[in-house]
Amino acid sequence: MTADERHLTRDDAAYVARLARIALTEEELDRYAAQLATVLAHAAQVAALDTEGVAPTAHPLPLRNVTRPDEPRPSLDRDEVLAQAPAVEDRRFKVPRILGDAL
Amino acid sequence: MSEGWEPVIGLEVHCELKTQTKLFCGCRNAFGDEPNTNVCPVCLGLPGSLPVLNARAVEYAMRIGIALHCEIRPSLFHRKNYFYPDMPKDYQVSQYDAPINVGGWLELPDGSRVGIERAHMEEDTGKTSHMGGGGRIHDAEHALVDYNRAGVPLVEIVSAPDIRSSAQARLYASELRAILVATGASDGRMEEGSMRVDANVSVRRAGTAELGTRCEIKNLNSLRSLGRAIEFEIERQVTLLESGGVVVQQTRHWNEDAGETVALRSKEEAFDYRYFPEPDLVPVVPDAGWQAEVAASLGPMPADRRARLAALLGPAPATDARTGQIATVVELELDGLVVAAATAGADAGLALARAANEAAADADAARRLDPAAFTSLIRMEEQGAVSATQAKAVLADMLDAGGDPAEIARRKGFEALEESSLAAVVAEVVAAHPDEWERYRSGTEDKLVGFFTGQVMRATQNRANGKAVAEELRRLRG
Amino acid sequence: MSRPAPALDIARSVRDGSVPAADVVERFLTAIDATDPELHAFLTVLHDAARAAAAVVDATVDAGGDPGPLAGVPVAVKDNLCTRGIPTTCSSRILDGWCPPYDATVVERLRAAGAVVIGKTNLDEFAMGSSTENSAFGPTRNPHDPARVPGGSSGGSAAAVAAGLAPLALGSDTGGSIRQPAALCGVVGMKPTYGTVSRYGLVAFASSLDQVGPITSTVTESAALFDVIGGQDPLDSTCLERPSPRSVAALSDGVDGLRIGVPAELVDDVDPAVAARVREAADALAGAGATVEECSVPELRHGLPAYYLLAPAEASSNLARYDGVRYGLRVEADTVEAMNAATRAAGFGPEVKRRIMLGTYALSAGYYDAYYGQAQKVRTLIVEALAAAYQRFDALLGATTPTTAFAIGAKVDDPWAMYLSDVCTVPSNLAGHPAISVPFGRDDGGLPVGVQVLAPALGEPVMFRVAAVLEDAAPVPVPPRVHAP
Repeated sequence: MTADERHLTRDDAAYVARLARIALTEEELDRYAAQLATVLAHAAQVAALDTEGVAPTAHPLPLRNVTRPDEPRPSLDRDEVLAQAPAVEDRRFKVPRILGDAL
Repeated sequence: MSEGWEPVIGLEVHCELKTQTKLFCGCRNAFGDEPNTNVCPVCLGLPGSLPVLNARAVEYAMRIGIALHCEIRPSLFHRKNYFYPDMPKDYQVSQYDAPINVGGWLELPDGSRVGIERAHMEEDTGKTSHMGGGGRIHDAEHALVDYNRAGVPLVEIVSAPDIRSSAQARLYASELRAILVATGASDGRMEEGSMRVDANVSVRRAGTAELGTRCEIKNLNSLRSLGRAIEFEIERQVTLLESGGVVVQQTRHWNEDAGETVALRSKEEAFDYRYFPEPDLVPVVPDAGWQAEVAASLGPMPADRRARLAALLGPAPATDARTGQIATVVELELDGLVVAAATAGADAGLALARAANEAAADADAARRLDPAAFTSLIRMEEQGAVSATQAKAVLADMLDAGGDPAEIARRKGFEALEESSLAAVVAEVVAAHPDEWERYRSGTEDKLVGFFTGQVMRATQNRANGKAVAEELRRLRG
Repeated sequence: MSRPAPALDIARSVRDGSVPAADVVERFLTAIDATDPELHAFLTVLHDAARAAAAVVDATVDAGGDPGPLAGVPVAVKDNLCTRGIPTTCSSRILDGWCPPYDATVVERLRAAGAVVIGKTNLDEFAMGSSTENSAFGPTRNPHDPARVPGGSSGGSAAAVAAGLAPLALGSDTGGSIRQPAALCGVVGMKPTYGTVSRYGLVAFASSLDQVGPITSTVTESAALFDVIGGQDPLDSTCLERPSPRSVAALSDGVDGLRIGVPAELVDDVDPAVAARVREAADALAGAGATVEECSVPELRHGLPAYYLLAPAEASSNLARYDGVRYGLRVEADTVEAMNAATRAAGFGPEVKRRIMLGTYALSAGYYDAYYGQAQKVRTLIVEALAAAYQRFDALLGATTPTTAFAIGAKVDDPWAMYLSDVCTVPSNLAGHPAISVPFGRDDGGLPVGVQVLAPALGEPVMFRVAAVLEDAAPVPVPPRVHAP
């Protein structure tokens, strides 16, 4: 399906909300899906443009090879870092149990 | 495994680079420090932080690419978007469709080649510990995260699916580790996690070209696990297919204790990582000059060192035994000894044999041997100043406590038997065993040379030179 | 002839010892305390820290040292710029109470120049918006009419300068977020060439579009502040080597002989009053010796749709880190996945959620090529079209935004109507070019109008020259209804 034929459905909205880890109520899902479909209809105007042979611009600058030397710099004080953490145990960040798998 | 099936295996190896600092910030790249002490706004992904690329990490990535005969290309970083607590930004900065190294190969000690599809740069994640429930992920109550490792530079090396057995997979992993160590870019310690191997395994009917559905096997912490896991997985897939089932594409976790792979999650479809070019970093374009500089800084790779030894042995094709000795000597880093001896004019084959068979017994000590002393010993044996048995004894002493071989031989009372004495002893032994002599003399039992040589050795307390004895026997026979 | 520059006057007086920095700071703190309760330009006012900083400046002056070019000058800093030990909320509940352990590079440079950070200003949450109504902590009011919006997302900074609560302010501009509020509040707002000002410490919205820039009452102060904050930063890979700081020196060079283009796309679809001011501005430039010509750059019309695919896409990735694990709000749950989802649901406002979802969609498998990929190509078309225009012209002139300040609440229910505010400003972000909004008259209701000068990359010197002439030619401004006593 091309962008022209596709509208953002409620299922699409639910899918992206899951992908983006945002819990939405049913009412929010309805409302956002409708608003997003309208915005997308406008924004998708770009799909109709002829960009044959045009390279994408990922960076507005002609910079290349920006690097730094492999030299240590001071790290943060651990207490300062952990002081702002929502939950800490044994000098590490504590989170509830993890259902899914790592990369 | 049942007949008629061919395993198809590809390996993905993540290796940590031995830089001083992380990929995008100046925090120390160190193993084993107190949790969350090597962190900063960048590697914690604090709001407003930005990455800046470590030049040495690029150099090391290039070294690996060159060592694997890859083409070095202009490359981009991409974001791989995924939520997980050990990922501070909830995306990983990696390389996607424009990696730095593509299209290389790796030569195994037996001469066969495995293709390398790509070797790209990416950042490592933090470390998650699952608490409660015996440390197993699925029974855990909560988790704790340490970000010291977050941002450590990695190179991910993806092989072509050219591997056809678990043994070959182990050889590949072992050779790759040796190469990584030889480049200086990584220390290749699987048990410590600085080299992590995942295996992609599928099977197909022998003689067909289409690839079967593959499974990715993770949690392989040693070469042995790698081999066992692949064996299990091949068997599992073949059994499944032969009973009419279908292999589901999924990630499987190797359980060392149970000796089996277990499905982590059933992925009917690939996860949507929404890759897009990393806007906070600019392209990496290593020009010819930089590439040449890096190439020039590389020492010889294991394959080069094996080739050098083979060349020293002469033009005749190597026997299996020789090939094995060469592989052993290079693996144990004793080739320097052999090269020194051969270059000084001593017998290369003998030097190789002594290094592979005797010196290898204590490889650490052998690496500390003085090459000149080793060369001297080889010469002594070659010229008959000591017998083979005596030479081995001297070498054992040198491994233990160093020293000069001639000194040690003198101290041990090893003197070669003079030729005239040798003739007398041989004559005595021959006279003492007329039956055997008759059988030998009739020309039908050349193996009796071994019998007579053994008798001569006993009579001379191992001071005789085996070759000289054989020559004397032949001379007597006429 | 020296150009007006109240902030630089302050600095001069502090540097020569005739006015203590302490007095300056006290004056502005008093103004803020009196006026801001109605305006709500500030989220945090740094009474103690500002006084302490002023004391240091005064001590330096007393000891005969050099306190810096902006000595004693109070600066209001948008609350998406990190200030060490000071709450930096991005006007979001998800960062409520979070204090960064480090200063943004631009904040360090302000401090090194002797400036005094007097407070953190209100913005649309995570810089997403054109009215400052998307702040989790309530909107800022337009000093010219408190029933109207100040624009956004840097509404707090623009209102603070317009109301005389700080002589200088920093904002950030991703699609017009400095220039549009400057226009609506009747002050000068400038977006630098992408890469001339460090983004280290600017909480990212859309990384390839964001830039920090000055909001000031005059063009001279804008150039001076740009010179202070700009320049290469080893902590930002996308930051260029510093171009020569000729901005202030060249300001009075005039526009004689310069070629100015007025693209129809920046005038045709705007309110009549705004269009009229733009034409008057064009006439003023012609009168000052420039060659002014109407032109057309059709690709500029594609800027808004491309922007509303690219910016949300980058934002969806930049805002993923707000997951309740390491800092900020956490809503507890049984699993980390549920905790993430509940935290983000509670912590983000509706506009942020919409943009994250839109951006996630634009990047998702199957849609990347049609949406994100295509938008990146449209970006190239715009860059090339502007490059062609700059073969004929030294600078371009147009409206900053289609309307003057609208009523609070007027556009909150219609996202695309709100997004249309950005139609004249997004092309400069997409191209990475500099642009400045200069107050130029008002509409029939007395509300300020801003006109925009656009220049090619690193064209700040030309841009400032044109802006200076416009400032001189502008009708006398009407003071805002809400202003510091």
